[in-house]
Amino acid sequence: MQDYQKQRATVLQILEDHQSMPGNLLPILHGIQDTLGYIHPSAIADIASALQLSKAEVHGVVTFYHYFRQTPPGQHTIRICRAESCQSMNSKGLEAHAKQTLGIDFHETTADGRFSLEPVYCLGNCACSPAMTIDDEVHGRVSSEKFDQLIASKGAE
Amino acid sequence: MTRLFISRDSTALSLGAEHVVTAFQTQAAALGQEIEIVRNGSRGLFWLEPLVEVETAEGRVAYGPVNPSDVSDLLAAGLLEGKQHPLFLGNIEELAYFKDQNRLTFARVGLTDPVDIDDYLAHDGYRGLHNALKLQAADIVKQVTDSGLRGRGGAAFPTGIKWNTVLNAPAEQKYIVCNADEGDSGTFSDRMIMEGDPFVLIEGMTIAGLAVGATQGYIYLRIEYPHAKIALNQAIEAAYARGYLGENIQNSGKTFHLEVRSGAGAYICGEETSLLESLEGKRGLVRFKPPLPAIVGLFGKPTIVNNVISLASVPIILDKGGEYYRDYGMGRSRGTLPIQIAGNIKHPGLFEAAFGITLREILYTYGGGSASGRPIRAVQVGGPLGAYVHEGQFDTPLDYEAFAAMQAVLGHGGIVVHDDTSNMADMARYAMEFCVEESCGKCTPCRIGSTRGVEVIDKIVNNIEKDKNTVLLRDLCNTMTFGSLCAMGGMTPFPVLSALNHFPEDFGLSKDKA
Repeated sequence: MQDYQKQRATVLQILEDHQSMPGNLLPILHGIQDTLGYIHPSAIADIASALQLSKAEVHGVVTFYHYFRQTPPGQHTIRICRAESCQSMNSKGLEAHAKQTLGIDFHETTADGRFSLEPVYCLGNCACSPAMTIDDEVHGRVSSEKFDQLIASKGAE
Repeated sequence: MTRLFISRDSTALSLGAEHVVTAFQTQAAALGQEIEIVRNGSRGLFWLEPLVEVETAEGRVAYGPVNPSDVSDLLAAGLLEGKQHPLFLGNIEELAYFKDQNRLTFARVGLTDPVDIDDYLAHDGYRGLHNALKLQAADIVKQVTDSGLRGRGGAAFPTGIKWNTVLNAPAEQKYIVCNADEGDSGTFSDRMIMEGDPFVLIEGMTIAGLAVGATQGYIYLRIEYPHAKIALNQAIEAAYARGYLGENIQNSGKTFHLEVRSGAGAYICGEETSLLESLEGKRGLVRFKPPLPAIVGLFGKPTIVNNVISLASVPIILDKGGEYYRDYGMGRSRGTLPIQIAGNIKHPGLFEAAFGITLREILYTYGGGSASGRPIRAVQVGGPLGAYVHEGQFDTPLDYEAFAAMQAVLGHGGIVVHDDTSNMADMARYAMEFCVEESCGKCTPCRIGSTRGVEVIDKIVNNIEKDKNTVLLRDLCNTMTFGSLCAMGGMTPFPVLSALNHFPEDFGLSKDKA
């Protein structure tokens, strides 16, 4: 709750900016997550009251969509594609390598807070499988070695 | 000043195109050579990306695939004059992979600067809209109907009929919604259009607005496509600035507004009614039909929901006429299909061809066989809800009806290739698992059937009452097919049953027991 107090002004500003937009709930949630990294569970009451929805309705939307998160992400978010095209090029091997290297499972964040790992179902980079993203950067034909290089380059930042 | 073209397409970027750009900029500057780098879309020959094209007196010549470490060597060899080098490819449009295509929808992708409206206009852009502005609404719809265009998202519903329904639905407000939630594995044609020629989509949506009397459009774009969002927003801004969007379009008195909205990682939102719920700010639960979205759509108003490629095919139809487009293709599949060749394939890419080309031609003549060099065992056509097709079916022409006749789907034209190391029982299990993950949960066959499906496949593979569970799996698939509310649960049985029927050995079953 304490940390939400620091975020609250930002959330209220985003709510105000989207006041007159039709179908504004997803744009609001994106706005909050883009700015703050996640949607704090305490933000739900403010969103609900601004949009004249019940808290249950807002909570329902936040939890329906895989992309929205309610806990702070690591410094970098890695998304590894699990879909068929990547599987045909051994994405399962990449997945296992990533989990082992980072020491975490999907939906977890490393203890040092550097990396979060998420599954994703298709990045549209199927011509160069297996694919993954680090934040907004897309990478194709990702071997275990390439994964290690990418992680190292982020670690050095 | 020499002009170079290096793609801003996501796949090119994923292979390091940005680093190649930086290398050219710094090294050309160090040599005192003036260059301008145009960030074009991709030509779609992805094994050659990052591709560098150079404008010379003899036309554009290409080099690829270029690594940043090749740049100094290329400059020394005379790349800026189009001279020879081991990576020299000549005119990319002369390669069979490109030359043998019928590029109608993708005519400009890779050729032009995607966000430069003057470049778009110089390459036949907005000719369709200018024609449409001279026509009555019903005549625009007629052109689309005459073209034989069917929904390229996968369902293949005749676009003209959908438009006509919206045209004839009386309402003060109507909407055009573009379904850009391209979630199927093995598909990327929507992304390539949005990144490589966003104006063609904007023009198509504007024409749709004129055709049915809609003044507001939304592009529902999946969050996994950040580069497409940037390109679309740049193009929309340019279109507004030049009077191609907004009030009084090209002094016609007509209005059309357009906005990009982001999805949030839910596959089901590619289903049109779920997409509309999401646009309204709700959970992406599938709606009952009827009423059709054409009658009761976004915010309860008559709405056209069309796929990116359907809408991006409209400008050329209005430019050259419905008959021009209809003259391509076979049977009831008219025009062209941007085929996406992906997975374990040597020459992956985008291949736009008239319907009728066979899978074998795609896989071997153009695709060059598997990337691993091993035999191609199965291909999944039409995304995660499409059937696995085996070697004996590779001579089937790409045609909606021919695929339906063999219990398969053409869908959005994505082809994912698997070599003989893929275990098809694993792929069948994955299809059910994906349905568990992505089901909206509204109907029971999909929500619970998919979980039971994973369990039953596990039992078959682990030799637990094998015969009985095989019968049960087929029965479950029947329930999902006929009892699900939408294609998510209704079509998950396609990959499952095709894997079981064509590759029973992977389930530990003999042919007669499967």
